[in-house]
Amino acid sequence: MTRLKTRLAFAALAFSALTLPAMADPSRIVGLGGTVSEIVAALGQDSRMVARDSTSTFPESLAALPDVGYVRALSPEGVLSLEPDLILADEGAGPAETVDVLKASGVPYVVVPDSFAPDGIAKKIEVIGAALGQQTAAAELAARVDAGLAEARAKADAIGTKKSVLFILTLQGGRVMAAGEGSSAEAIIHLAGGVNAATGFQGYKPMTDEAVLAAAPDAILMMDREGPRTVSNDDVKALPALAETPAVKSDAIIRMDGLKLLGFGPRTPEAANELRAALYGQ
Amino acid sequence: MVAEISLPVAGDRNARALRASWLLVGLVLIACVAALDLGASSVSLHDVIATLLRGETLSARDRLILLEIRLPRLVLGLMIGAALGVSGALMQGLFRNPLADPGIVGVGAGAGLGAVLAIVLGGIIGFVSPWSVPIAAFAGGWVSVLLLYRIATRSGRTSVATLLLAGVALAALAGAVTGVLIFVADDQQLRDLTFWSMGSLAGASWAKAMLAAPFILPVLLLAPRLGRGLNALALGEAAARHIGHPVEKIKTRAILGVAAATGAATAAAGGIGFIGIVVPHLLRLSTGPDHTRLLPNAALLGAALLVGADTLARLLVAPAELPIGIITAVLGAPVFLWILLRQSGWEA
Repeated sequence: MTRLKTRLAFAALAFSALTLPAMADPSRIVGLGGTVSEIVAALGQDSRMVARDSTSTFPESLAALPDVGYVRALSPEGVLSLEPDLILADEGAGPAETVDVLKASGVPYVVVPDSFAPDGIAKKIEVIGAALGQQTAAAELAARVDAGLAEARAKADAIGTKKSVLFILTLQGGRVMAAGEGSSAEAIIHLAGGVNAATGFQGYKPMTDEAVLAAAPDAILMMDREGPRTVSNDDVKALPALAETPAVKSDAIIRMDGLKLLGFGPRTPEAANELRAALYGQ
Repeated sequence: MVAEISLPVAGDRNARALRASWLLVGLVLIACVAALDLGASSVSLHDVIATLLRGETLSARDRLILLEIRLPRLVLGLMIGAALGVSGALMQGLFRNPLADPGIVGVGAGAGLGAVLAIVLGGIIGFVSPWSVPIAAFAGGWVSVLLLYRIATRSGRTSVATLLLAGVALAALAGAVTGVLIFVADDQQLRDLTFWSMGSLAGASWAKAMLAAPFILPVLLLAPRLGRGLNALALGEAAARHIGHPVEKIKTRAILGVAAATGAATAAAGGIGFIGIVVPHLLRLSTGPDHTRLLPNAALLGAALLVGADTLARLLVAPAELPIGIITAVLGAPVFLWILLRQSGWEA
């Protein structure tokens, strides 16, 4: 009997020894994916990060960290050169070969589920919180985000006549690349109490000028970009397809930070409120 | 100076080409050492050798970086560089045109279409495997080469001109289908496509190297045998046939060799430009047009250049890395122009 107990105790010890390194406080974390890094920071743990990918742009403090490149074109040695003891990666991180090498390196590699819908945010926070040993803080943050989402939904439902919103990803060469059905932009437009003006196609597609006119959006939503790539509001208004839309006539061109708007992270309720305020003034 | 302008005799050229071969072997070795020694992490050959000499074992992380990251990447880089260099030399010899590159037989367009199909349709039907893109790219390259070959071959004779023109048409068709697929692609797939088209060795692994080797190594070993035939072809097809060279066989072998080598290279690392066109050209300008020397030298120079470019790609923006196609074009294009200008200056 005692022998069995000792064996069990040994087994338990061996098991905990195996799992401990992963659970012990990682202090050299690499965050791969804008929303992933943002959640680490929202949990107050960004001081434990040693590197980030190029899409991790919020909060600004992350900009000081080494950049290991675009999240879907990572090199294994670049990530490992920072001697991480935890890799927190968005599900979409890649290429697959790099991910295989990183997983084989023995550094704990935690996959954060990729979700471009409000319902997935709490899960992302929970996974990251568990990996960081911050379960309580993560539960609180997730609850706060869920409460914020519920409030945003309630306010959105209370809106009588919903405005239609056209999300424009790019305006390259005067061609409108719009967000269609099932896109992440549509999800945030719904959460803000709007309806998507672009229907009849999935994802992000170029829209013909006539379809844009026929959609007659009440507002145009765009991402705020820094630098010379920014298309000015005057450029938008000058496009023949857009000039005659109610949005341009009422000067309803809304610009928001891309990661905040489409990242589906802790700032999503805030983004929904901001967009709703821009649309309805409430 | 005047004496040097006079035509060098064949013996001179031979000696020069042989010297160049040794020089290139040295260059490849230097590139190999640099590729193993340098990287984003601090593992260096010096430390590794020192550790091993002390009789200690390497840390698991250092072993991983050397043996599972840098070494397979080096091996794959050597093979791909050599494959692109030799393919370029074969094509320029076959078409008797210094502007020919492996893309001319439709490998690039076909492989590109295969890759796009795998990225976009794979995403739509939910089948995503690390192997789907390389396999589809390889298959796409082969299908287009075989198709072109069938089109250009009439009663046992392959018309090089038809091959060229049909290649243009096929590339346009592949481009159109690619365009349709890009239209249905989502944002992420578009990014994947862009990165694929610029090429990268970042996904190198032993498994990839092992898969590419059976297609590339035989071509590297057998290509020099086509050298004499290609030399004869430089006189024109009819002349080559009259002096007893099996012209059709040479064409078929060159085309299939290029399809296998370039197809495997493109499948493993995406589209890497400029090596195939610059390498044979550089060599022809420095050591003359003899294909028996040109073909092995092209393999060496291609390997050295690609491994060198890849080392730069890994270092310049570490810990991130640049697509290698950018490096080969940025370095290759000015060097190429400089040599052309020097050349025309001498001839003027």
